[in-house]
Amino acid sequence: MAVEAPVIHEMGHAIKRKEDPRFIQGHGNYVDDIKLPGMLHLDFVRSTYAHAKITRINAEKALAHPGVLAVVTGKDLEAAGLAWMPTLMNDKQMVLPTDTVVYQGQEVAGVVAEDRYAAADGVALVEVEYESLPVVVDPRKALEPGAPVVRPDKNTNAVFHWEAGDKQAVDKTFKEADVVVKQDLYYPRIHVSYMETIGCVAQFDSIAGKLTMWMTTQAPHAVRTVASLVTHIPENKIRIVSPDIGGGFGGKVYVYPGYVVAAVASIKTGRPVKYINDRSEDHQSTAFGRDWYMTAELAAKRDGRILGLRINTTSDHGAFFGDANPSKFPAGLFSICTGSYDMKAAYAEVNGAHTNKPPGGITYRCSFRVTEAAYAIERIVDILAHKLNMDPAELRKKNFVPADKFPYKSALGWSYDSGNYQAAMDKALKKIGYAELRKEQEEKRKRGELMGIGISSFTEIVGAGPANTFDILGLKMFDSCEIRIHPTGTAIARFGTKSQGQGHETTYAQIISEELGLPVDAITVEEGDTDTAPYGLGTYASRSTPTAGAAAAMASRKIQAKAKKIAAYLLEAREEDLVWERGKFFVKGSPDKAKTIQDIAFAAYTNHPPDLEAGLEAVHYYNPPNMTFPFGTYVCVVDIDRGTGEVKVRRFLAVDDCGNIINPLIVEGQIHGALAMGFGTAFMEEIKYDSDGNQLGGNFMDYLIPTAVETPRWETDKTVTPSPHHPFGAKGVGESATVGSPAAYVNAVVDALSHLGVTHVDMPLHPWRVWQILKDKGVAL
Amino acid sequence: MNMSRHHISVTVNGNKREADVDSRTLLVHFIRETLGLTGTHIGCDTSNCGACTVILDGKAVKSCTILAVQAEGKEMLTVEGLAKDGKLHPVQEGFWEKHGLQCGFCTPGMLMTSYWLLQKNPNPTEEEIRRGISGNLCRCTGYVKIVEAVQYAAQKMRQPEAPVPAR
Ligand code: FES
Ligand code: FES
Repeated sequence: MAVEAPVIHEMGHAIKRKEDPRFIQGHGNYVDDIKLPGMLHLDFVRSTYAHAKITRINAEKALAHPGVLAVVTGKDLEAAGLAWMPTLMNDKQMVLPTDTVVYQGQEVAGVVAEDRYAAADGVALVEVEYESLPVVVDPRKALEPGAPVVRPDKNTNAVFHWEAGDKQAVDKTFKEADVVVKQDLYYPRIHVSYMETIGCVAQFDSIAGKLTMWMTTQAPHAVRTVASLVTHIPENKIRIVSPDIGGGFGGKVYVYPGYVVAAVASIKTGRPVKYINDRSEDHQSTAFGRDWYMTAELAAKRDGRILGLRINTTSDHGAFFGDANPSKFPAGLFSICTGSYDMKAAYAEVNGAHTNKPPGGITYRCSFRVTEAAYAIERIVDILAHKLNMDPAELRKKNFVPADKFPYKSALGWSYDSGNYQAAMDKALKKIGYAELRKEQEEKRKRGELMGIGISSFTEIVGAGPANTFDILGLKMFDSCEIRIHPTGTAIARFGTKSQGQGHETTYAQIISEELGLPVDAITVEEGDTDTAPYGLGTYASRSTPTAGAAAAMASRKIQAKAKKIAAYLLEAREEDLVWERGKFFVKGSPDKAKTIQDIAFAAYTNHPPDLEAGLEAVHYYNPPNMTFPFGTYVCVVDIDRGTGEVKVRRFLAVDDCGNIINPLIVEGQIHGALAMGFGTAFMEEIKYDSDGNQLGGNFMDYLIPTAVETPRWETDKTVTPSPHHPFGAKGVGESATVGSPAAYVNAVVDALSHLGVTHVDMPLHPWRVWQILKDKGVAL
Repeated sequence: MNMSRHHISVTVNGNKREADVDSRTLLVHFIRETLGLTGTHIGCDTSNCGACTVILDGKAVKSCTILAVQAEGKEMLTVEGLAKDGKLHPVQEGFWEKHGLQCGFCTPGMLMTSYWLLQKNPNPTEEEIRRGISGNLCRCTGYVKIVEAVQYAAQKMRQPEAPVPAR
């Protein structure tokens, strides 16, 4: 019977996403869409003070309000041993305060009611009396002697001291240098602002003794294990489900106090409890990104050859040290700060501080502090170029790690897997017309017009990670895939990761298609339910393709190995005589008598070799041998309005290299989105606090994120330098553009102003800030 | 809290729906919780994000900024009503074809705003599309692919009879 070969859509096809039909028809299933019989609503009374003693909580009026069932305070939780919970960085965090609040917006009491309106009424009726305490919001001040101490349970604001590199060797390079540049760089505090705020539905089944939590989490398995350790509920009696998630970007790795209170409320009431943050609550209390004060110094020869790098940092972690880092990396992967440049020596130091601000730090697509590192090196290299009066592209080329030096051991100890930085830059400069742009700039300058060109040639580090280096609270950072092929040749594949919009249902299916020759449409991908998915550490820091994607390939290869045995049996041949061509085995020389993967799947359940187990499935826990190191060159062209200080990004070209690409459409989408986030960082976003710790920018009126009007039409291109250690040569890509782009924007703006003597401007470069510089320099219109 | 209950009747995606609501009930909560149409989302509390956008009497509105009682007697279209007879509306097709969505949370609002935009202006320029959707925030896509999705839909709607390529 002649059967038309199925369309497989393996790796490299820009196919439409499998997950989209439900989203475009309003049938996504986000946490707030879950409605269970008898479900209650939880809402929070939040602290109006940044630092205060709670002298009284009076819930009488709230409890008298129709529909309000309970008001939960820190004292109630203390009785259950749950007033505090562990953080991912071996610190602890208040679930609800027993006597002191430590930041504005902190949860003070939970109100449980029949519906969300009654819960909100209850919140307004709870009376809390505070006695204010002195506040510190600047981490540099927090580390000074005599600063107010943030934590009631600690006697210092110092969180950690971390350093990397050879200090003496670096000092030596600074002595040998012809030229030294130094710059303070503040990377502002920002909020990821996923479109869906955090929330959960907790349901305790008292008969089964089982707690089910549907929640906005990027790492459901880790949450389950930690929840079991903290509550002593057996781990098989906890089920964490991440349904569809409306963007995470790192902000949904954290376990927030509201989740714990919702679980307690469900256990106590015996009814399901829903908790969903309002946007302003979310902004004021959930994890932030950055807030990193750096001083970067570069030592170089007169010809531009970089000798050494030194970066000293004070970092703000808010009231609790709860960054979502691998536990042994308090400063994340900041030691990637030598970037794309070959240099003898480097030294980096970070001193973390508590302040009266919400905890967090690893969010906003930062790849564990790689964003800060890339920004520092890409900015300071530009400053050096300016000082040497060299073209910033030339200076970069002169210092790139050469393509023939990979695998490359960086001054701070990373082993870069592969790269060709020069190729990416050449492509970018050619495509954007760099030489012509420089000419245009020169002419415009003569006419008094402000135009700038900014370059960033970043190196990323993603895919944590080798399990002996990377863990979260001891849980090794491998990831997993389990594939089951059904008798009729379709399959289900489950993963330990969790998409928040990255398109895993499509990408993972394409990997399995590539390896097994099953059509993409025949493969169902599932993630996020801890009762069914194999254990994994979740999706963040661009790790899904490097880890779980690799696991999909490895599990497929196990299946292929078994399929070969079955094929040999069916074809009455020896295994070593069989040839695999995507989707089928045949005896060498007889391709017309092939057994397809579908034939083999059927045989696996109906006619398998007698000495072989039935079934066709495999699971693989993938432990990557190394990180992957994506890279690229970005070029940004800006024009500045001398009347308003407004910066118009005229062009933005991103040339990315993330190794072999699974779905070009999805990769492009990831890059576009991250470029827009980088744009927000560079030009619009900042969470500020006044000296009393009041948050300025706690909602979408005051905290601006980019709309379609400000953002440019992104241009993208690629080079392909496969990862040598990844099963199919891929690297991560989700965060490349948030890591690489901020420096490109800032470099462009500074470049536009450099002839006026401007060497640096801190982000965000909003019109007011830029206009003030124009005014200072006497060029404002 | 003093409030009264009101009986309202709204035509939703072509069907008449009736319910008793509190005077303070927001339209978006009526849609999501009373009608059970959870495609319409809530992304903010300051009328900035547009995730809640629906079409009310032919006009795109932010349903978080309107009371349910204000919908009394009106006709409403939500994302669930866009596809007809098992066929996607061209804006839905455009978003799918052009990768105009990632997490999908902003998508229903984006679709409804795009739908309205194309009713008013069947042949918008890129600039007009960008302005037209500027009341809708998307944190995932960087907007370029949304713009392309709307362009695709505009093209498709202007030439409804254009033969659909077999592949
Ligand atoms: S929910 Fe944000 S505008 Fe309506
Ligand atoms: S697709 Fe995620 S917010 Fe637009």
